[in-house]
Parts: sequence; structure tokens; C-alpha cells
Amino acid sequence: MTTHVVPVRNYVMVFLALMVLTGTTIAVSTIELGPWNFVVALTIAVIKALLVIMFFMHVKGAKPLTKLFVGAGFFWMAILIVFVLSDYFSRGWQPLVKWL
Amino acid sequence: MKEADRLSESEAVLEHEHPKELKHHFDTVEQQAECSLLGMWAFLLTEVMFFAGMFGAYTVYRNLYPEAFASTSRFMSIALGGTNTAVLIFSSLTMALAVRSAQLGKKKSLILFLLFTLILGCVFLTIKYFEYHEKWVDHHIPGPSFHYDIPQYAHTVQILFFLYFAMTGMHALHMIVGAGLLITLMIMAARNKFSAAWYTPVEMIGLYWHFVDIVWIFLFPLLYLIGRR
Repeated sequence: MTTHVVPVRNYVMVFLALMVLTGTTIAVSTIELGPWNFVVALTIAVIKALLVIMFFMHVKGAKPLTKLFVGAGFFWMAILIVFVLSDYFSRGWQPLVKWL
Repeated sequence: MKEADRLSESEAVLEHEHPKELKHHFDTVEQQAECSLLGMWAFLLTEVMFFAGMFGAYTVYRNLYPEAFASTSRFMSIALGGTNTAVLIFSSLTMALAVRSAQLGKKKSLILFLLFTLILGCVFLTIKYFEYHEKWVDHHIPGPSFHYDIPQYAHTVQILFFLYFAMTGMHALHMIVGAGLLITLMIMAARNKFSAAWYTPVEMIGLYWHFVDIVWIFLFPLLYLIGRR
């Protein structure tokens, strides 16, 4: 196969970055930031996911077709989340007779 | 020599010119590898959609009942959840190094890194077992015996615990499947199935393992960290 062999050092650096980010997200969760806690936690999670996708899953340095494939897939996921949530958050809610 | 005989002879020659791992319906090894890669990503993206549905449901209910959901944070152990996050990230590193060993055709280190990954996966599942056990003892498993200290939240909190078990349970199931795949890879590697020229299964299962890691990367902050104060 044509895949380029990445030095061990790079993988270890990504691993350390992921660990530091995990520590950061735990530390930030103890600080009261109101609605920003959610934003910070999710931003850190997205950065961690990107690190894994780019370096561990080798999407960085992959062929353009692979990148397009992966990008299109996550775009599709964004459609799912954004449209579902915009529907739920933009419509009035009838009081429920029973709990649901 | 008859025409048919000559044809079959030339086919036999062609067969020998092929690398042994190249399937007949592909032109080159590169094309075959790229096909496997795209196929695996197509599968992983269906998995992304599958988990995204549950994440969407979680977000909707979280926003409907924020106080009830926040009140459960004291039952989520940051120590256990954080340890599991570290264990899973470490297992992703060993998996990446296993794929690297396969690329270099190093059989021994490939098997060793796969074994490390498997052990870390088992550590994760063991810790998860203790967390589930705690929920069982506390009557926090949705159903007839569900009990919650704050009565007005009992119904809505049950939804949170349902989502908690659905999401972490599906994640754990993926880990169990991954453990089986790792064992298969180790057996294949021991039988000299892989070489520096062909190690596609190692690479594909590596992608799967990293995907499972990513799901946890989102589960940890959403279930354990948000609403902690």
C-alpha cells in the first residue's frame, strides 16, 4: 500500500495533546461559566475528535476523494443535528398531559 | 496448440504476475486499498449517523428538562469517567502504533500493540461494569424498580438514565465487537496473513477503533461534565 509511514513521535504528540485537552475539559467543568460551559466542553470535544480523525485515522494526507467522502459524511450528520434541533427549539410546546 | 488452451495458459501467466493479495476485479493494489478505505468510511459514517441520532435525542431532552438532568451529575463519577477517557485515548495510540507496525511489516510488534489495545479495551469495559453496578445498586436503571431521591424529577431523570444506558451501552457493545476484531487480527497476524504489502484489515479495524474512541470523546463531556456544578 502507498500509505506514508508516520514517525512514532507524531502519534505520541497527538496522544499527549488529547490527554491535555481531557484534563482541560475536566478542569473547566469545575468553573461556573453559565451557558459557556456547554460551548467550551463541546469545542474541546470537537478539537479532540478532529485530532483523532486527522492523525490517528490518517485523513490528513489522505487522497482528496477520501477527504471529500469524510467531509460529506460529517456534513450530513450536521444536517441531522441542526434540522432536528432547530425544529424542536423553534416551535411552541404544548403542555403534556402525561410525562414523556 | 488449440486456441482455448493458449488462452488459459496466458491467463495462468497473468495470475502469476499479480501480487497474491490483489483481487481479480481490481486493476492495482492501490485501487484495491482505496476501495477498502472508502467502503470502511461509508460504514463508519452510517455509524456516525446512528450515534448522532442518540446525541440529538439527548440534546432535545436536556434542553426540555435542564434542572432534572443537571441534578444527576452527582451520580456520574468523574474519576471513573475520566480514567476511562484516558484509557480509551491510550488504546487509540496503541492501535495507531499497531497499524504503523503493520505498515513496516513488523509482525511481533504488531501482535504486541494489538494485545495492548485489547487489554486497554478490557480495562475500559471493566470500569464501565463497576459504574453500571453502582447504578444498579442505587436503583437508577429505568424500569419498575427505578428510584430517585427528588420525587418531582423521578420521571424526567428516568429519561436521562435511559439515554445514558442506551448511549454508553451501544458504545460498550461496539467495544466488545472491537475486542473480538482485535483477537481475530492477532490470530491472522500470528498466521502470517499480513505483510508490509498487504495489511488492509489492520488498517480498517484501526479506523473502527478510533471511531469508537471519538464516540466516547463526545459522551464523556455530555454525560459526566456538563451540569456538574
